[in-house]
Amino acid sequence: MINAFKGLWKTSGYFRFGIVTLAFSLTMVILTFFAPYKPMESYVVAPDQPPSFDNWFGTTSRGQDLFWQMTFALRNSLGFGIITAFLSRIIAIWVGMYSGYKGGWLDKFLMSINDSFVIMPVLPILLLLNFLLRDQMNWFYMALMMAMLGWAWDARLIRSQVLSLKERVFSETAVFCGMPTRKIIFKEHMPYVLPVLFSTTINNLLWSIGMEVTLSILGLTNLNNPTIGVVIFWANQHQAMISGSWWWIAAPVLVTVFVFTGLYLLSVSLNEFIDPRTRLRMKGGAA
Amino acid sequence: MTLKHVFNKSFGKYLLGRLGQTVMVIFIGITITFIIPRLAPTNPVEQKINQMMVSGANIHPEAIKQFREAMNDLYGLKGTLLEQYLSFWGRLAKGDLGPSIFSFPLPASQIIMKSMPWTIGLLLSTSIISWLLGNLLGGLAGYQSGRRWTRWAELAANSIRPIPYYIFAFILLIVFCFLIPLFPTLGAYDRGMQEEWLNPAFLLSVLHHTFLPAMSLVLTGIGGWLLGMRALVSNIISEDYVQYAEVAGVKKKTILYQYVMRNAMLPQITGLGLSLGGIFSGALITEYVFGIPGMGQLSYRAIMGFDYSLIMGISIFSIVGVSISVLIVDLLYPIFDPRVRLS
Repeated sequence: MINAFKGLWKTSGYFRFGIVTLAFSLTMVILTFFAPYKPMESYVVAPDQPPSFDNWFGTTSRGQDLFWQMTFALRNSLGFGIITAFLSRIIAIWVGMYSGYKGGWLDKFLMSINDSFVIMPVLPILLLLNFLLRDQMNWFYMALMMAMLGWAWDARLIRSQVLSLKERVFSETAVFCGMPTRKIIFKEHMPYVLPVLFSTTINNLLWSIGMEVTLSILGLTNLNNPTIGVVIFWANQHQAMISGSWWWIAAPVLVTVFVFTGLYLLSVSLNEFIDPRTRLRMKGGAA
Repeated sequence: MTLKHVFNKSFGKYLLGRLGQTVMVIFIGITITFIIPRLAPTNPVEQKINQMMVSGANIHPEAIKQFREAMNDLYGLKGTLLEQYLSFWGRLAKGDLGPSIFSFPLPASQIIMKSMPWTIGLLLSTSIISWLLGNLLGGLAGYQSGRRWTRWAELAANSIRPIPYYIFAFILLIVFCFLIPLFPTLGAYDRGMQEEWLNPAFLLSVLHHTFLPAMSLVLTGIGGWLLGMRALVSNIISEDYVQYAEVAGVKKKTILYQYVMRNAMLPQITGLGLSLGGIFSGALITEYVFGIPGMGQLSYRAIMGFDYSLIMGISIFSIVGVSISVLIVDLLYPIFDPRVRLS
């Protein structure tokens, strides 16, 4: 594990950038506990100040310090993404592994549902849902809903992995030794599926954060709980673009670009690492 | 290749499978949009009544009762759940989504139809442009892998790809409307102009106004196609037939365009189908940010105005639209892939 980390750090620029992003995000998250202001409290600093030494990201028209607001926003958005990714993993792993391993009618049934969810446009459904539940909606219900809508593609990837694992000799040996299905799936096949799982988790995380931002910009989430999207919503609400306080939009945009690109490149570098040819190259062998 | 070659027996089987899938998606999707509002603790009619009461109007209780009944009738909230479900489908079949609230009594479907062309125009053109550019660049990058420009292209694609399209829209807006004011911030055409599509001045104005939003969508779209195509091509060029063609002295251009990219195209075409499916909800925020009067802006107005039937209508339109566009691409697929039509 440590060796893999060292190897990746040495060979992959993407990986280094990803780790730096993670460190940055973590620092932001930890900083929330030392924040001098409550995130949504207004008129604690002079309003409409451009970025300066005192207010690194500038201040909003509501007199909030954007830097500190962004630390909370990042914490909430990441937390939301992690919960969503975790919940949807549960469905994706279950469906993907059982469907692939059991085959037959169960596979057909699960995959026809799966394919419908792959094509299904998620955003309109979320729009409708959030529109109707606006007051009752909290971030956990939203994470749950998004998990229920966002598992399908990953389940398919996991299934295809399991389909090939099933044909391997060790699976047969396990069956003949009388190993129960659940054990074969989670003890024998799981380790092979983990790498795929890891990179799809990052993608799912980014997807769910992005969805949350979309819904927030439209004003469909709890607007007193700062997330990246909520910050943009308030900026739009105060017409930051027209009144010239571009930094109000620039702050969440910059943080999003940095974090999204970093996490994505991290998943790309891990994906390359999974490919044995890359690892050979790292060890100095011929690819 | 004649039509007869394409539409043979195996194609019929393929067609039937795809049709079944589409029907299933539409069925599940619309059933979800039927269930959600009925499970929700808030009732759109009560919400509207509350909103009317809050705004201070002194309304007679009898009038409210009548209003409630009329609204329940209009929204199909009468009868048992099963009756509601059946009548819901019945009304859908007639294209009746109920009246819009904020433009009462205009039917929601009419309002949606008016915004639809903007969204389809913007997204169809940008999806196709980014697909073409991305595949072309990706094909070249895969074929010439190892050169310096391909590494830069790959780095750029990888960095831009994860950025959500609306974040890109904001970046372009800040840079090209504020720091370097080249483009207008709001609207799909100059204020005061009439919507006359045959008027060249109007067309120019539309192009000027939609350039930035289109740009933001094209740029965020290219990355994915480029990377996908590059990976496919770099797999294919190591195949025997390509090396044979190279040894045989076939022109590089011919090898790349006719031998390699043609084969790499298939998964990309499926991808295009799926991305075209995203058209209806694809650029919600872009439209809203740039003030283009499409479905995105309509959704925003509907949400802000508590316009229940409009939101329902937008959801249903999107689901049906997505499924059908995916189906169309699936049906075109045999033209590109001989294996589907011959197997």
